[in-house]
Amino acid sequence: MAKETTSQHRDESTGGGTPVPTDSVDAALSAVETDGLSGYNYAYLDEHTKREVRRSMLKAVAIPGHQVPYASRPMPLARGWGTGGIQASLSLLGPADTLKVIDQGADESVNAANIRRLAENTAEVATTTDTTKADLIQSRHRIPEEVLTDDQRLVLQVPITDALRKVDPSDAANRRRHAHKNYGKMWVHLYENVVEYGEINIASRYPTMVANRYLMDPSPIPRWDVPKLDDANHLTILAAGREARIYAVPPHTSVEPLAFEDRSFTVERFPEQACHACGSTDTYLVEVSEEPGTTAGDDDTAASFETRYACNDSSFCAKRRENPNLPKDHHLDRSGVDWGPATPDGGENA
Amino acid sequence: MTLLEASAVETIYGPGCPDCLDATGDRAGTNQCPRCGTVVACAEADLDVAEGEVLGIVGESGSGKSSLAEALALERDPEATVNGEVSYAGHDGNLLEVDYQTRHDLRSRDISLVHQHIRDGLDLEFTGGGNVAEKLLSAGWRSYEDVRMRVRELFEETEIPVARMDDPARTYSGGMQRRVQIARALATDPDLIVLDEPTTGLDVSVQARVLDTFRRVQREEGVAAIVVSHDLGVVRLLADRTLVMRHGRIVESGLTDRVMEDPHHEYTQTLINSVI
Repeated sequence: MAKETTSQHRDESTGGGTPVPTDSVDAALSAVETDGLSGYNYAYLDEHTKREVRRSMLKAVAIPGHQVPYASRPMPLARGWGTGGIQASLSLLGPADTLKVIDQGADESVNAANIRRLAENTAEVATTTDTTKADLIQSRHRIPEEVLTDDQRLVLQVPITDALRKVDPSDAANRRRHAHKNYGKMWVHLYENVVEYGEINIASRYPTMVANRYLMDPSPIPRWDVPKLDDANHLTILAAGREARIYAVPPHTSVEPLAFEDRSFTVERFPEQACHACGSTDTYLVEVSEEPGTTAGDDDTAASFETRYACNDSSFCAKRRENPNLPKDHHLDRSGVDWGPATPDGGENA
Repeated sequence: MTLLEASAVETIYGPGCPDCLDATGDRAGTNQCPRCGTVVACAEADLDVAEGEVLGIVGESGSGKSSLAEALALERDPEATVNGEVSYAGHDGNLLEVDYQTRHDLRSRDISLVHQHIRDGLDLEFTGGGNVAEKLLSAGWRSYEDVRMRVRELFEETEIPVARMDDPARTYSGGMQRRVQIARALATDPDLIVLDEPTTGLDVSVQARVLDTFRRVQREEGVAAIVVSHDLGVVRLLADRTLVMRHGRIVESGLTDRVMEDPHHEYTQTLINSVI
């Protein structure tokens, strides 16, 4: 996995970096375009850092749901913008891997495109937007609609690592609670939620028990995606850059959202709505406000916008537009795979 | 039947020296060791509580009654050294030596503490009902309707307006917060409740109602209690037997009526005379 890329234009006076002319912006930019990345190690991070991150990941896999600290290096983007996810991805990637990066279901967002390009330039990996073709998927706020398999890895970006922080801001007290599986305060939070709304109404970061031991913040994925983690075939790594913590859900681990016996966990409901583009009713939909028609209108008053529902997973939506009956497990040699809501075992909805 | 039996319980703040116990206490007239400066908050305390019995502990401020009560209620102060032996009917071994997990289990099911300071016992950002529910949920209740019903029942029992159940506890009056603490302590039908100064900061009429409520519930549920107070009136009203503490030692013990009517120890005599 470790491969050293050395540049022929290596200049000792700049410590291996590329000298950039400073007399004009254009000159600086053209210099960066040609040799901007010379002098960097393979996959941007140095080998010691990658090894340390991998070691933390192994520990996280060994103790499912437990938050393992790691060094969290500075990355070429601000902490809180996916630095944890990038470090995990870059530590895992090898030259033969294919990477997919999504941000809230979309491959085309600026952040996802930039992360993908960083990996492309430094780790020389192939990239894809097709979930089924990726070996490693880095994601923010979503798990793809298509079933992930046992040779795929999912890296989720995590802004807040501890589910208990919602009920007690003290990390020291919360670590103690985790150590003793003392989650009474979180249950009170759920109780008060039901008192207030009649059902548990936590939109994202739904508190989830992993392997019946640790309470985990599954990152800000919608409730819709939480059941996909239960007894999954793939490995999920959750990495936070700002908080310098990594945790994991290994394959075939039980993941159970907290809920009362008589107030069960529910996923988001989209009554009588379908994606306006592909017509899907079994995917996670989001409201989009767009101007009607395909051409951009002249007046952009509020009245000229209409609100429609669309698939959040853009790459699967594109596939469904070509083949409206494509099941979420179309790429597997068996059908009827249980994968989250609206994909019950048996496959009759597919 | 004896529910809880304690012998030679001591709570010490400081390094301690061989002379500490001899140089402090009632005869020495201080609770601080003159040689090493260690504060002996309480020492040489022997007591027992029977099932359904109420034991009162009285004494002036700093006499060690709260330290003793906290040791018995499994409340740990990381700065203190606690020694002695406490046996409890529902547990094999010394209660003072249990690990965190056992302590947590005992505290959520068997032994409840009503703290002197409300902030130690309640999360004021949670609703009053939530604070009571926490005890049930920590003990493993997983049915929302059952929890809800039990909380409502406890609110009625301790005479807190049920209509205020879903308001944040910080909006409650002092008397209501005290009742919520008592309701919370009663939630899982414990065998023993330790009340540390149950009437602090309440005006006299509210004091009377809180004490009345507690006395009624205590008799109905048959729960044993240890009541710590500097107020002889509180102990006289609630306790079957009374211990008098001074300078970290128990100086007198007996049936409450006997201690009140016929105090033997000089300090108890002064204490009672100063009140009546």
